[in-house]
Order: sequence, then C-alpha cells, then structure tokens
Amino acid sequence: MSPRAQSAVKLGLEIAVPIGLLLAWQAWTVHAQSQYFPRLSTILVQFRDMWLFSQFGEHVVPSLERILLGFGIAVVVGIALGIPLGFSRWGRVAAMPHIEFWRAIPPPALLPISVVLLHSIGNVQKVSFIAFFCVFPILLNTIDGVRGIDPTLIDTARSYGIRRAARIRRIVLPAAMPQIAAGMRISLALAVIIMVVSEYFSSTSGVGYVLLISKNTFQMGPMWAAIVLIGVLGYLLGLAFALAERYFLAWHRGWRAVNPG
Amino acid sequence: MSLSVDDGEFLCVVGPSGCGKTTLLKCVAGLLRPTQGSVLLRGKPVTRPPEEMALVFQEYSRSLMPWASVANNVLLPLRHKKLGRGERKALVRDSLEAVGLGAASDRYPWQLSGGMQQRVAIARALAYQPSILLMDEPFASVDAQTRGDLEDLTLRVREEYGITIVFVTHDIDESVYLADRVVVLTHAPTEVKEIVGVALPKPRDQISTKELPDFAHLRAHVYRLIKREQVAAGEPEAGEPATVTVGK
Repeated sequence: MSPRAQSAVKLGLEIAVPIGLLLAWQAWTVHAQSQYFPRLSTILVQFRDMWLFSQFGEHVVPSLERILLGFGIAVVVGIALGIPLGFSRWGRVAAMPHIEFWRAIPPPALLPISVVLLHSIGNVQKVSFIAFFCVFPILLNTIDGVRGIDPTLIDTARSYGIRRAARIRRIVLPAAMPQIAAGMRISLALAVIIMVVSEYFSSTSGVGYVLLISKNTFQMGPMWAAIVLIGVLGYLLGLAFALAERYFLAWHRGWRAVNPG
Repeated sequence: MSLSVDDGEFLCVVGPSGCGKTTLLKCVAGLLRPTQGSVLLRGKPVTRPPEEMALVFQEYSRSLMPWASVANNVLLPLRHKKLGRGERKALVRDSLEAVGLGAASDRYPWQLSGGMQQRVAIARALAYQPSILLMDEPFASVDAQTRGDLEDLTLRVREEYGITIVFVTHDIDESVYLADRVVVLTHAPTEVKEIVGVALPKPRDQISTKELPDFAHLRAHVYRLIKREQVAAGEPEAGEPATVTVGK
C-alpha cells in the first residue's frame, strides 16, 4: 500500500473507531433503559447545554487553570531538581529513597493533609496538590535524561571553555529534552486526574465539583456530561502536547532514524 | 614523558594501541588533570581548557549537537567570545567555506555523511580561531578516500591560519605525511621512544609526496619502532595465528 493510502487508512481508523464505539454506546443505552446510564443522545444534549458555553467560564476555566498552573510548576521544579541530581551520584543516593517514598503514596491519601496544612480548599491548595504529584515523572525522567547524555558532548563544550551555566542551558537541557518530554507527557495526563480527584473531594468550582454535586443530587445526565468533558479535556491536552512535541523535537526523530538504538 | 611542541609546528603522536595517546591529549587539553607532572602553555600551567586551544575528537557524530543546524553547531563556541553578531556570522560562514561545506549550513549533522560531519567539527574548531589545534585520531572513523581529502584540508588550514597542530593517530602513513615531527610512544608504561623529524618538501601531496623514497624510509622507520613496541608488549604480530589449545 502506498504511503499516502496508508495515512488515509490510519486517519480513517482514527475517526471511524471512536464513532463506531459511540454508536454502540447509544444503541446499548437506548436498549438498556437504565436510570444510571442515560442515553448517549441525552448526555450529548446535556453536554451542549452545560459546557457550550453556559458553565464553561464558571467551571471549565478554573479547572484548566489549575491543571496548567500545577503542571507548569511541576515542570519547572522537576527540571530544576532533576538536572543537579542527574549529575551528582551522591545527590541521588541521598534523595532517591525520599523520592520513591513520596511517589508511592496515592494522591487521595494525601488530600486531607493538603487541605489541613494549607487551611484552605482554594486554588493554592489545588494547584500545589497537582504540582506535587506531577513533579515525580518529570523529575525522574530529567535525572535519567541527564545521566544519558553522551560525555563526548560535554567534553566538547568544556574544551571550548563553555562554563557550567551555559553548558546546562545550551547542551544539557536540549540533550535531555526528549526524555524530559516523555515525563511531561505523563505528568500532563496525571494533572488532569489529580485535578478531578482534588475537586471531587472538596471544592467550590470546577469540573470535578460539578461531578460531585450532580452525583449527590442524583442527576445522571449532568454527571455523565461532566465525565465526557473530562475525557475530552484530557484528549485535547494530550493532542496539543503531542503537536508541540512533534515540532520542538523534530530533530530527535531525524537523529534517531540515523542512529537507531 | 617529557615533550615540547614548537609554535606553528605540526606534531604527530603515534604509538601502540592502549598506550594512552587519548589520555595524553586530554591532559594537554586541560580536560583531565595529570596525576603527576604538568602541562605548560607558554610557561603557564594548564588547569582548565585554555582559550587558545580547540579539540577535534574521533567520534565526530557524538561531538556535534543533533538539535542544532550545522551553522549553529559551528557558532556554539563563538557565543562565549566577545564578538559582535556580524563578526560571528562571518566567522561561521568563512570556516564552513574553508572546509567546503558552504552549502550545508542549514542542514542537521545527522543528515550529513561521516566525512562531512568531521568537516563540521573542523570548521567549528577553525571558527573558534585557536592558536593550537588538538586532534585525536580525527580521521580514524572515516573512509580511506575521504581521509585523504581531510588530511589535505588540515594541511591547507594549517598553512592559511598558521595554527600549531598536535595530531594523534595510529595510522603511520598519515603521521609521516602530515607531520613536521613524529613522536613515537612506547607501550605502557608509556614514554617517548623517539622523535622523528620529517623533512619532506612542502606543500605535501597525496601522490607525489608518497612517491618519494624519503617518505618510504621515514614510514618504514616509524613502523619498525611501533612493531618493536607491539612485540615487546606481547601483542601477536599480524600474520601470526593466535594459538588455541583444546583439551588438556
């Protein structure tokens, strides 16, 4: 099959499979007539009513803000800590047990502490909560990325008298970026999940809050519409990230094609 | 080991494998600190890579940044020199022209062949305008025909820019072809076995210089020195099958 035909088939599948699933979902819910599983058509109507665009500003925007802010902080902190740890074996020996410990705790377990410590359920608490858990994939991937840099590249920079700060900016960061981006991708998906968890637990706004309220008032339609929205948000964020990665890391694909493994 | 390099000369260093040629070069470059002894540059000890020195590695593909274009790769060392932007661009353009890669400045290193990548590394070293160039087996990973072109490029560049070159190689023909003097090292524990002066006429040429009887004599002399070292180190001579004992 020619490359063009192949891309056409791939695109076709990417569109057809979800549509097929949606049709199956509709057919099943119509048939099942269950109170807890409203028809897909009902859900979609609710979706349009709620999210396009009456409650968009009230709930979707705060949720998005929290995700992006928490993710952004995690990126900065993860990279800032990961680079020195990537270079220092002693640093790693000292830090890894702590990292592994905190990383292993499931987010819901730390929710009450987060609320109590910060005396609030406002944005600061939410954002810091998201940032805390999103740090780990980025941190660990940054460490690995830095450790994997070819020493010849560093030696070259040193031999030209490039000092450490400039080396980090111009050599270490770009060289480790493919690995860091992999960590960022994971963290972004994690941010969506943690956002929902923290809003579901206690919040006054946001998509997770809507989920909670509609559950408490037994409104299945809005509840499902919220679920669908969360899925769509996650998908769109992931798509945006993939497009950005494709652009900024285009060099990596080309380089890999010539230097496999 | 005690060795001195004259200003403006082309010094080749050869020796049996594993005798520490790369380590020596890294010490001279200021990348490694010697456990004993010192490296002096114009009388002053070298503790970190000196500004007037540039280094070209054997693994060119690993010394070039894959995320940057050829031009940006050549530009990197210049960013930290006090130069105007126009000056930097001119240096990059000129050095790429000098190595014959004027048309490739916007391509990426991994899009180029091995020989071309090594030229980029050389261009980068040239743009830096060093007074001393250290080259660690730079053409070992390049095919034989390209090697000849790159050798001539090095000689031409040296003539044009007046740079002192210290060139480590295991290729004996190459060392005699390029050098003003050839330093022959012993096997470990390494010392200077002999320094051979090369009085071949300049400019050197891949065909006519290598036809000269003096070239053959010098080459044979260096080869014999190395062979004796290899035998003394216990390496099997080429042509002698390694013996394999089976059974008791």
